[in-house]
Amino acid sequence: MMDSRTRRRYAINNFMLGLTGLCTLFTVSILFLILGYLVYNGGKSLDWDFFTKLPLSPGENGGGMANAIVGSMKMIFVATAIGVPVGFLGGVYLSEFGGRTFPYLIRYMADLLNGVPSIVIGIFAWTVVVVPMRHFSAWAGGFALALMLIPITVRSTEQFLRAVPNSLREGALALGASKWETVASVVVPASLSGVLTGIILGVARIAGETAPLLFTALNNQFWSNGLNEPTASLPVMIFTHAIAPYDDWHRQAWAAGLVLITMVLLSNIAARFILARGTTRR
Amino acid sequence: MATPGVASASPVHTTPKLKTSGMYFYYGAFQALHDISLEVETQRITALIGPSGCGKSTFLRTLNRISDTVKNARWEGQILLDNQDIRELDVTNLRRRVGMVFQRPNPFPKSIFDNIAYGPRVNGVKGNLSEIVEKSLRRAALWDEVKDKLQKSAYALSGGQQQRLCIARALAVDPEVLLLDEPCSALDPIATAKIEDLLISIKDQCTIVIVTHNMQQAARVADTTGFFLLGKLIEFAKTDIIFKNPEKKQTEDYITGRFG
Repeated sequence: MMDSRTRRRYAINNFMLGLTGLCTLFTVSILFLILGYLVYNGGKSLDWDFFTKLPLSPGENGGGMANAIVGSMKMIFVATAIGVPVGFLGGVYLSEFGGRTFPYLIRYMADLLNGVPSIVIGIFAWTVVVVPMRHFSAWAGGFALALMLIPITVRSTEQFLRAVPNSLREGALALGASKWETVASVVVPASLSGVLTGIILGVARIAGETAPLLFTALNNQFWSNGLNEPTASLPVMIFTHAIAPYDDWHRQAWAAGLVLITMVLLSNIAARFILARGTTRR
Repeated sequence: MATPGVASASPVHTTPKLKTSGMYFYYGAFQALHDISLEVETQRITALIGPSGCGKSTFLRTLNRISDTVKNARWEGQILLDNQDIRELDVTNLRRRVGMVFQRPNPFPKSIFDNIAYGPRVNGVKGNLSEIVEKSLRRAALWDEVKDKLQKSAYALSGGQQQRLCIARALAVDPEVLLLDEPCSALDPIATAKIEDLLISIKDQCTIVIVTHNMQQAARVADTTGFFLLGKLIEFAKTDIIFKNPEKKQTEDYITGRFG
């Protein structure tokens, strides 16, 4: 038989369990709501034309966003080509070669850069790339995205490299390997799945950024040749189509949103798969 | 088969393999070693014993300069390898000639073959890698147990096997000296016995210095033993003398178990 104090303790216990469970449910349900909305509205708008045709003039129904898909890919490619090597090597330096004060400062600055609003990054890229070139381009858009990718990659690379136990480094050094050989042939391979995961997640993150592209790549209703012209991208297309007064354009925006979030979800799943494979294959 | 503690029939080398004089070691402001001077005989097993924290591991790790990788660590004095100052040698070359096996097995997350082949590859050793790998595994008494699974991950081996793998990996670069830092402390008695036998079998190809907190182990395998206490080398003599007729009272107190 329980006395009143014990009864009260159990009551509080159950109440908190219910409350925390409810909050978790609320959080998760937001994600499902967003996904559900996109799947419902985007699903009924998605067709083959979306992937193959160009956008039509306002007022005309139909067309697609093929140029935006390709444009996004071009700029993600440029951003990855610049951002991944710089971020990766920066992370290697911070983890393996740093002393005391210098790495601390670099880390601090990387975190600050991470926190800079994306639109400010866009303005910076506009000043540094668009103005001297005198036109908008995929180069500028890719450059702006790279600036966002670098601090993310530096920090995640550093974090996964640090997780490699020191005993492995000592083992390699004791065999006559130099510092760099140890890093390249033991430390990096040991943390590869984590480092790759960090890169994939970083790329997925910048794929959806809109503000940095607004005044660097601008937008384009048509195909862009190479990387030197204003280029369409999915996030910017969503922006311009969603605020327009045409129903068909709204439909296209939903479809674009669904494609974008599917890309992000697939990357996340791939990243987790790689990470899980990497840690169990010991 | 060579017997520990008894002078071998092989010619006695007059130049000690390793010689330290007036060696002091500091971690920042803390002095870990005071005026260590000793000589390690070639092709013999030298054991370093003493209670926890006495500096024997610190001393060992200076011999191949792996202590240089620790921030705030510095040492003074002279350490000679074959009469050459180790500060003047290229450090990666020094570490190839003076190998090390650590307290806990630390195989790389690679296959057994790639673990053994790592040293030769990184040092640009020419020759048939498969042969080198087999020879090293045979020397470490591990070949029969792993010859069918060389491509499997090193982590699939048991603790004792992983430690023998680490010994094989160190032997693959043909070191002149092998330093072992309490190599059996994480292992069961059977694995320990296998490793002790293996050390005795390779000592005529390789000078061995082993740090151990297990006095019986030192008595079993070592030709010469050094007793460390609080960063000082109290006594350094033939194993028989240390254990049967020690000169210093502190040595006698330690080996009879009065402390430590």
